[in-house]
This record gives sequence, C-alpha cells and structure tokens, in this order.
Amino acid sequence: MSSLLTAGVAGLLFALGLGLGGMTEPARVQAFLDVAGAWDPTLAFVMGGALAVHAPLSWLIRRRRAPVLAPAFPVISQTRVDKRLLSGAALFGAGWGLAGYCPGPALTSLASESGLVVLFVSSMFGGMWLLGWWERSRAAAPEPGGGLTPP
Amino acid sequence: MHPFLTALMGGALIGLSASLLLLFNGRIAGISGIAGGLLAHRTRAELSWRITFLLGLVGGGFLVRALWPQALGAPTVPGAAWVVAAGLLVGIGTKLGNGCTSGHGVCGISRGATRSIVATLTFMATGAVTVFLVRHVLGGAP
Repeated sequence: MSSLLTAGVAGLLFALGLGLGGMTEPARVQAFLDVAGAWDPTLAFVMGGALAVHAPLSWLIRRRRAPVLAPAFPVISQTRVDKRLLSGAALFGAGWGLAGYCPGPALTSLASESGLVVLFVSSMFGGMWLLGWWERSRAAAPEPGGGLTPP
Repeated sequence: MHPFLTALMGGALIGLSASLLLLFNGRIAGISGIAGGLLAHRTRAELSWRITFLLGLVGGGFLVRALWPQALGAPTVPGAAWVVAAGLLVGIGTKLGNGCTSGHGVCGISRGATRSIVATLTFMATGAVTVFLVRHVLGGAP
C-alpha cells in the first residue's frame, strides 16, 4: 500500500517539475529544438537541474542493499548501442519535434482537457501496442518457406 | 524569476521524483516504460504502481493548471493527422529504443549509461532536424 503512495507522490512531483520547467509547453519544446531559428535554451536547464539532483542521489541510493519498499534494485540488462536503440531514438525524436510532446508532458497535459492531447496520448499508446503486436506476430510466424527443414 | 532558474527548479523536482521512485519502489522513472508497461504486463504487482504513478502524473497536471494556468500549452500542430502521426512515432520510437526523455535523458545519463547518452543525442538530433524541416523548409506551423 505504501509503495503505491510513494509511486503516486513521485508521479505528482514529476508533473510539477515538468510544468514548472516548461516541458508542457509544446511551443517552448519546439523553440528548444529550433537551433536554426530563435533558439530557446531554457529546456537545457530542466535537464541540467534533473541531472544535478538525480545523478548524485541515485548513486547514493544504489549503495543501499535494497530499496525501502522493494526487494531489489532493477538490473540493467541492456548495455549495447545497437540498431534498435538508434532507430527507436531517431523515430521518437521525429515525433517529439513534430508535436512538441514527449510521453511525460503529454500525459501531464491530459489535465488541459484538450482533445488534441487525448488524441496524441491515444496514438502514443497505439504505437506502443502496434510495435508489440508486430514483434509478437513476427516471432510467432513460421520461417520463410513454410518453416520446413530440408531432409 | 528568470526563466532559466525556474527551469532549473523544475528539473530539480523531476530529479527528486526519480530519486524517490528509485529509493522507495526500486523503479526507474522512465515515463514511456511506465506507461508502456500497462500494455505489456498482466500482474497486479506490475500494474498497480504504474497506475498510481500515472494517476499522480495526470493529477499533478491539474495542480500545474491551477498553479500556473499558462503552463499547459496547446499543441502547435496544424491538424489532427499530424497529432496522430507524432503520437505513433513517439509510441513506436520509445518502445523500440527502450526509453524517452526521462528514461534515457534523466535516469540513464545519471547512471552514466553510454546507451542513454547515445539515445539522447539521437532523439535531440532528429527532433532538431524535424523542427528545421517543418519550420524552415516546409514553412509549417510547428
């Protein structure tokens, strides 16, 4: 129960940080990405502030044997830079630039009760679902040639 | 207050939130991973904390709206088709690349992960190229 409370508080603080930092203003996000136009560096300070707090704190926290309300810290299994990471990040960046929303600010902006934000969030979940479905069906599909092994 | 200072404080709150989630729940505050997990998991243990975190996030949005009415800006895209295209790209891209601005840009870089540094540079680069193309080549609205 208390782990649900801490998760909820973390979500609330996260939204306040996004709102205070200007991440929920698509125009500001696009001005940050508009390096060839009237570049607005403000959002670099959001990232700087987040790193200045989380880098030392997460280092300290991971020195504990375990989290307060969970049995273990997450094990980071993927360490390689591969095509999947690069193509995923590239596609995400394109969508981020197009709408000015990344996942956190989009979810926070549901509070604006704008139909376009609801559409964005639905499409985002749709994209996640589509990729999962495509990968599952590819994994289940038989090999080219019917999956028959030659005698 | 200078906007850079406000941005720094906003960022500090995000860093604090990520630290709380790691300290108490042992979870990474990557929003795309938390949200995407709703579609990928079936167990109550995996779903419940994700739902309360996301409820906190949306509830926090209403608090943001009450505190700073102009902070929740409107989408700048010219129409619904653009919003759908952008949403699909963000959904597919973050799932394929295992993270977004928070998971890679804040949590991963805080850990010093090469993967996250490369991912962050990549999505910032394609984001900048996209804005450049739309604004300065096509002369569009975003």
